[in-house]
Amino acid sequence: MNEQATTGRQVLLQGNEAMVEGALAAGCTFFAGYPITPATEISEVMSVKLPAVGGTFVQMEDEIASMGAIIGASLAGAKSMTATSGPGFSLMQENLGFACVAEVPCVVVNVMRGGPSTGLPTNVSQADVMQARWGTHGDHPIIVLAVSTTKECFDITVKAFNLAEKYRTPVIILSDEVVGHTREKISLPHPGEIEVIDRIRPNMPPEWYVPYEDNSRGVPPMGIFGDGYRYHVTGLVHDVRGFPTQRPDEIVPFLNRIHRKISQHFFDILMVDEELTEDAEILVVAYGSVARSARRAVREARERGVKAGMMQLITLWPFPRQILEPYLSRVKAVLVPELNMGQVSREVKRINQGATRVETINRIDGNLITPEEILVRLIKM
Amino acid sequence: MGYRYEVRLSGSGGQGIIMAGIILAEAAGVHDGKYVCQTQSYGPEARGGASKAEVVISDEEIDYPKAIKPDLLLAMNQKSCDAYFFDLKPEGTLVVDSTFVKQIPTTRAIALPFTQLARAELKKEMVANIVALGALATLTKVVSLASLEAAVLGRVPPGTEELNRKALETGINAAKLYMQGH
Repeated sequence: MNEQATTGRQVLLQGNEAMVEGALAAGCTFFAGYPITPATEISEVMSVKLPAVGGTFVQMEDEIASMGAIIGASLAGAKSMTATSGPGFSLMQENLGFACVAEVPCVVVNVMRGGPSTGLPTNVSQADVMQARWGTHGDHPIIVLAVSTTKECFDITVKAFNLAEKYRTPVIILSDEVVGHTREKISLPHPGEIEVIDRIRPNMPPEWYVPYEDNSRGVPPMGIFGDGYRYHVTGLVHDVRGFPTQRPDEIVPFLNRIHRKISQHFFDILMVDEELTEDAEILVVAYGSVARSARRAVREARERGVKAGMMQLITLWPFPRQILEPYLSRVKAVLVPELNMGQVSREVKRINQGATRVETINRIDGNLITPEEILVRLIKM
Repeated sequence: MGYRYEVRLSGSGGQGIIMAGIILAEAAGVHDGKYVCQTQSYGPEARGGASKAEVVISDEEIDYPKAIKPDLLLAMNQKSCDAYFFDLKPEGTLVVDSTFVKQIPTTRAIALPFTQLARAELKKEMVANIVALGALATLTKVVSLASLEAAVLGRVPPGTEELNRKALETGINAAKLYMQGH
């Protein structure tokens, strides 16, 4: 994930701007949003670039409507996206649940700032990890990805659209103020170099279409509004035809299927970036902007003879348990630095089950954890 | 670990500090082909108060995006010079705009009157940031002059190319005179 392509166009971009480039490369044609610090540049650049390629940009009245608009656009066949920060992400939760249950592909970006509430608008934070998983009510599947560099802002946005289309699910990208605003030189790949995935659409005669019928992947083909495949879309638990049901023999298979379509494809969805982990005695688990500080700290620790390894989580949900677990029984200790009071470390501790020692660095003052803070701890450990 | 060179540009809001940071990053990254990360002070403190832009330049992928111990500090006003001088690496270079910085914290500082030069030679105070960039590149070779010129001309508003080219030249000449001991 970190090799630099030598071909494409070299540009200096903010993380937020690179997300727009990634979305366009993935085929996004609809964006609805409401500007908010520190995510505003995504809307700003979208408002210029999307109409230029024949897409639609709508500045909505709020984030509730933004989420509604991108669901509608996706049902009509567009690849759609919105971008916000904590306060707006809170408002999106209800419709996000609707997208999960109605199985509507879409991409939601949250450039995290300090919370709770309006919190610290211009400061960096990573405190929405649990909200991204459980912000909307009910047991629901969700995919959440975290980015740490401008290049990842491009690559992971493409990936997010692909996963959304492949599994008919909303995909959330967690960025943060540092990642969103840092400018970096990246090479924008040529269109042919990027894999772009589109949703499977029905190919039977329209009258035979059963919109929510199970199959081996657990992902039914998706009819789009206006192409003749009429079906009922609802947030209520529904039968295979899309109509509300209260029959236990229909409720259980439905809920099981929407979870299974994610869980049975764990290894397609789980993404991490490992460095120096093979012989590591101390494993640093980090994500987003903090992964950059952690990576430097791990490299410096190695120069001082400390056998540290770096595990950057790109997929946060479903939690990459299958990748992390083998390390927990092998390393002497795990360190989880993050810009919250312990959200990912809580998950690491949950799967750890006492196998190793889990330590944390939690910074909540609105500033990025420095490499030095992590290095000092690594040396002590 | 590879080569890593950290630059911090600082001054007050309105002196073009952030634009200078973007131009420097573009020169080093897009034109010189190095890896770059550019960050800046963000939020209410950037307006009117101290403004700060950082550029990290490397020959390999950059992990931590901000300056840890700057190799080069440009201070365009007294406040930023006072605030940031002690972050500088021990052998680092301090360059100040002597138009505004009157109390210089080290005998090793390079003091050049960027704003005064912009005013006197170009009749436009607003290009002081470009004058400073020309001087920085000449003094430290952090970017090639050709790359810097290309980056400047790629970023400035249409119609101001000649003015900015002259501003660069003014900075380059001021630095050359300094290096010759004048």
